[in-house]
Amino acid sequence: MFIINCPYCGERDQQEFKAGGEAHIERPKQPTELSDDEWAEYLFMRKNIKGVQFERWNHAHGCRKWFNMVRDTSNDEIKLVYKMGEKPPLE
Amino acid sequence: MSANLRVKSSEFIDETHRISFKFNGKTYYGFKGDTLASALLANDVHLVGRSFKYHRPRGIMTAGSEEPNAIVQVNDNTNRTEPNVRATEVEIYEGLEASSQNCWPNVNFDIGGINNIISPFLPAGFYYKTFMWPTNFWEKYEFFIRHSAGLGKSPTEKDPDIYDHRNIHCDVLVVGAGISGILAAKNAAKNNLKTLLIEEKNELGGATINQNREFNKIDNQSSSDWIKKEINELKNISNLEVKTRTSVAAYHGYNYLLARENLTDHLEKKDKNNKVRQRLLKIRAKRVILATGALERPLVFNNNDRPGIILSTAVKKYADFFGVKCGEKNVFFTNNDSAYESALCLHNKGIKVDAIVDIRDNSNSKIVKAVEQTGIKIYWSHTIVDTNGYRRLSNISIMRLSNDGMTVTGKRINISCDCLGVAGGWTPAVHLFTQSGGKLKFDEDNNVFLPNKYPSDQISVGSCNGNFNLKEIINELSIKLKEFLKIDQTDFDNIAIESEEETSKRNIWLLPTDKAIGKTKPFVDYQNDATAKDIKLALREGFRSIEHVKRYTTTGMGTDQGKLGNMHALGIIADTAGVKMGELGTTTFRPPYTPLTFGTIVGRNVGEYFDIFRRTAMNDWHIENKAEFENVGQWKRGWYYPSNGETMHQAVQRESKAARESAGILDASTLGKIDIQGSDASEFLNRVYTNAWSKLAIGKCRYGLMLNEDGMVYDDGVTTRLGENHYLMTTTTGGAANVLGKLEDYLQTEWPELDVYLTSVTDHYATASVCGPNSKKILKKIIPDLDLSDENFPHMSFKEAKINNIKCRVMRISFTGEHSYEINIQASFGKALWEKCIEAGKEFNITPYGTETMHLLRAEKGFIIVGQDTDGTMTPIDLQMGWIVSKKKYDFIGKRSLYRSDTMREDRKQLVGLLTDDPNIILEEGAQIVSELNQNPTQMLGHVTSSYFSPNLNKSIALAVVRGGKDMMGKKLFIPMEDKTISVTVANPVFFDEENKRLNA
Repeated sequence: MFIINCPYCGERDQQEFKAGGEAHIERPKQPTELSDDEWAEYLFMRKNIKGVQFERWNHAHGCRKWFNMVRDTSNDEIKLVYKMGEKPPLE
Repeated sequence: MSANLRVKSSEFIDETHRISFKFNGKTYYGFKGDTLASALLANDVHLVGRSFKYHRPRGIMTAGSEEPNAIVQVNDNTNRTEPNVRATEVEIYEGLEASSQNCWPNVNFDIGGINNIISPFLPAGFYYKTFMWPTNFWEKYEFFIRHSAGLGKSPTEKDPDIYDHRNIHCDVLVVGAGISGILAAKNAAKNNLKTLLIEEKNELGGATINQNREFNKIDNQSSSDWIKKEINELKNISNLEVKTRTSVAAYHGYNYLLARENLTDHLEKKDKNNKVRQRLLKIRAKRVILATGALERPLVFNNNDRPGIILSTAVKKYADFFGVKCGEKNVFFTNNDSAYESALCLHNKGIKVDAIVDIRDNSNSKIVKAVEQTGIKIYWSHTIVDTNGYRRLSNISIMRLSNDGMTVTGKRINISCDCLGVAGGWTPAVHLFTQSGGKLKFDEDNNVFLPNKYPSDQISVGSCNGNFNLKEIINELSIKLKEFLKIDQTDFDNIAIESEEETSKRNIWLLPTDKAIGKTKPFVDYQNDATAKDIKLALREGFRSIEHVKRYTTTGMGTDQGKLGNMHALGIIADTAGVKMGELGTTTFRPPYTPLTFGTIVGRNVGEYFDIFRRTAMNDWHIENKAEFENVGQWKRGWYYPSNGETMHQAVQRESKAARESAGILDASTLGKIDIQGSDASEFLNRVYTNAWSKLAIGKCRYGLMLNEDGMVYDDGVTTRLGENHYLMTTTTGGAANVLGKLEDYLQTEWPELDVYLTSVTDHYATASVCGPNSKKILKKIIPDLDLSDENFPHMSFKEAKINNIKCRVMRISFTGEHSYEINIQASFGKALWEKCIEAGKEFNITPYGTETMHLLRAEKGFIIVGQDTDGTMTPIDLQMGWIVSKKKYDFIGKRSLYRSDTMREDRKQLVGLLTDDPNIILEEGAQIVSELNQNPTQMLGHVTSSYFSPNLNKSIALAVVRGGKDMMGKKLFIPMEDKTISVTVANPVFFDEENKRLNA
C-alpha cells in the first residue's frame, strides 16, 4: 500500500487513489485522419514496463484531480508526482 | 492427570489455578499459563492429530506458531468452532474444548491410516496423475477424496463474536519481543520516538526469558534475570505501546503492516461475550525493526514424524517454562550445540537424559564439555536410521555416519526412548522481510538465508539477521540502532556479556539410512506429508524450478507454510540437482504469516455493514407499502409491489397494465444526475455524446448516447438544457460514478482548455416519474399554475415549477412510451412529493411500479438498457441506433472506432426483437440462439438479453443480440433449452406503439 503525495492534497493512503494507466498518451487531435493501425496504436497499445514507468493516477476519493506519477514497477518506489499538463522529466 | 510429568513449579505457571478442559471429549486438567500443547503433554497425551495424506499419527512438535502437526479444532458449538488452530498457541481456559482434525472415526483409530500402508502407491502428484481419467469421473472421485481429506470443519452458523479494525501510525514499529526487540523498542521510545512493540506470544522475552544457564550472562546476572528487569522497565516508558498475543500477518510496501491482536481467545467463556475478540491493526510505521528471531529446524531422517519427536528447544521450553517433561526416556539428536543446552536443562531439573546422538565428530564448546561431565552418553558421528512406535515413539536405531555423510556403516544400535529432541540448526525468520520486498542472500557457512537488500526504511536485528551468539547480538544491535534511529548512544553500550561460542558445525539435509530411499519416510513437510523421496521423484520427472517442485510435491503449502521444512526441501533439491543453494532461490513467503480468521479480515463490515446501501428519500414509503427490493449498483430500488399475496409475475402484469391504461408512478431518484456548467458546456456535450448538442434550445431535453473510445456503448440518458451555460445530465443508476469519473478525466487531461465544471447532484434531488394517459390530470392537481398544454410544455421539454412554494424541476420525458413527467425536488421533500402524487392520483388508480415493470414497459417500446442489452461489445450501429450518431460532427468520443474494419463488419451481433411462435412461452434471458438444430458443432448466433410477457400485447416479447440479425427480419430461429426447443421469429424490437402516438396522448 503506497503513500502517494497528491500534488494538490499532499501525502495520502493509496486507498484514496485510482490508477489510470500509462501517462502521456495524447488523444489524437484529428482521429479521422488516422489509419486503422494508427488509431489502434493509440487505442490499445500500452507499455508494461518492469522498471520506471510513467503513469496517470486520480485522487478519486479526495480532490478528484488527475496527475502523473513516475513509479518503478519493480519495487513500487514512487520517484515523482507532477500535475497534468506538466512536462515529463527527462531522466 | 499424571502429576509426575510436572517437573517443578514454574514461575510462568500458576499451579494454584487449576483449569479443566476437554480434548477429544475427555476431560483433562492443566494450570493457568498452560497452552493446550503443554497441558496435553503434562497429561501424557502425545498423539494429537493425523497427517493430511497418509493419516500417520502425529504429536506436538514445537512450542510456537510454527507448529505443523498439532493442529486442532477449537470449540464444538457450531457458531464459534474454529479449525486449523495450533495447539501450541491456544492458552487453556476453563471449559475449553478441542479435538483432533483429519481423522475418522477418531485419532487413535483412523481409517485413513490405510493410506500409510498403501503409500508406495501415493507418490507426489498422485492425485493429478490418477484422477484425470476418465474426465467425467472426477465428480465421483471428488466425493471420496473430499470426505477422506479435509483439515477441520468450518462453522455452520453466524459468528457471534465482534471483530474490529484499528489504524496505528508510529515512528518505530518493533516486531518480536525477544532480547533484541525489547532493547530496540526501549531505546527508540526513550529517544522520543513513538514506538509500538508487537509480540505474538502472551509474554515478552522470547528465548531469553527462560535462558538461565551459567554460560550466558549479562551484567553478571543470568540472561533471564536481566531480561526480566528490562521488561519491567518497559512499563514506565510513556511513548511505548506494547501489544502481546499479536501476530504480524503481512508486511507490505511503504512500511504498511497488518497484525492480528488476539483479545479474548484466552479468556473463560463467560468473559468472552460482548468483547472484541480479535482486532486487525493496520500499521503505518516510519521505521520498522524486525526482531522476529529464528525457528529451530528439525532433521530429515527415516520416520522422523512420530509422536514424541519434538524440537530440542521445545523440549527445553516445556520443561523450563511450563514445567512439563515430554518423556521419561529422553534422547537428543543434533548437528549443533542447541541440543546440549536442552539436555543440560533437563538434567539440571532431574529429568533423565539417556543419550545424545550427534552427527558431528566432536565439539569443544563449554556446554558440550559440561554435558560430557554429567555422564550423558554422546554418540559422535552417528545418525538415526529408523524409529519405531506407532502412536508414540518407543525406540530409535542409530548407525555410524561415513566421513562424507552419504552412507552409514557398522551395526545398528537400538536405544529405547519415548521423547526425541531434534536439533537441526536455526532458520532466521525472514518471512516478513521478504514479504516487504526484501531480497535474501545465502550464507554458506551457516546454511541460512539472510536479509540482504532492504526495500524500505527497516532493519533486521538479532537471530532473524543470522546472529545466534548473545554477545554479538547485543553488540551488533547497539551499532545498528544508533545508525538506524540516528541516536548517539543506547543504554546497553557498555554492558558486560558472557556467551558461549559454537565451535563445530555439520549440516546434512537428508540423513542417510541403511535402507533404499524408496523404502523410507523422511518427512520434509509434516503437515502435507511431503517426503524427501517425493522431492527426488519430482526432480527425476523433470521439475527444475523450486516453485514447480513446491506445487508438485505440495511442500510448504500447508497452513504452516513449511516454516520447519522449507530449508530442507531447498537443500535436498540443491544436493540432488547438484547446484548451489544460493543459486536456487527460495519460494515466495506470502502473507499471512499465521492464518487469520475471516472475522479479523472483515472487522465491523458484516451484516448490514458488509456492503453499504443507498436508499432514496421515498424508501420508507416503499417499505410501508410492502415493496420487494432489488439491488442496483449500491441502491436499494423498489422491484415490484405485490398486493394480496400476488406473485412477482402477477404484480408486474397488474402494474404494467395500470401504467398504460391510467397512471403509474416510479421512484427514479437513483438515476445519476450531473450538473454541468461553464461557457463551454455545449461544446463539451458535443464531444462526449454521439449526437449534436449545440442547437438544443434552453428548456429542452435530449436523449444522448455515450461511447467508449473503442466505439462501444458506455452509458445513456436524457440531458436537459437549464440555461445558456447550464445542463443537467442524467446517467444510468449503476453507471453514475463511472460516467462522472470519465468526464472528469477528459476535462482534466485531454481538454483542459474547456471551461466546464461537473458536480454530482444525484443525492440532492429526489425524482418521481408519473406516467400514463392520466398523468397530465394528476400533474394538474399537484401543480395547478403550470400550463401543461402541448404548445407550452411539449414532450422533451423542461419547466421550473413550485409545489407549496418548494421549487422543483419538471421534465416531460418518457422511458415507458407513455405521456409522462419527471418531477425533481430537493431530496428532503422527496417523500412528501411522492405522497402528494399518490394522493392526487387516487381517483385515477395511480399504481406504484418498480424496476421490473419499468423494464417491461421499456422493452415493449424497444428501448435498451445499457448493461442488460449491451455488454461492452455493442456499437450504436449494432443496436440499430444509427440515427443517434451524428455524421456532421467532426469528432466525439469513440467516433473513429465506428469506422474500424471490425466495427463495420456486417455479421456483428445486432439487437433485434424476438417473438415466440407460441405467444405464451417466455424466453429465458441469456438463452442461446441457433439457426440450425442438427449442426455439429452448433453455431451460437447470439443470446436473449431481455424477455417478458407483455400484458398490453398479450404475448411474450424479447430483445436479443443475434449475429447479422439486422437482415434477418421475419426469419425463424431456435432456442434449444434443456427439455425443449423453442422456435422464434425475428421481429422489429419496437413492439408497441411504433408511431409514438401515446407520448402526446
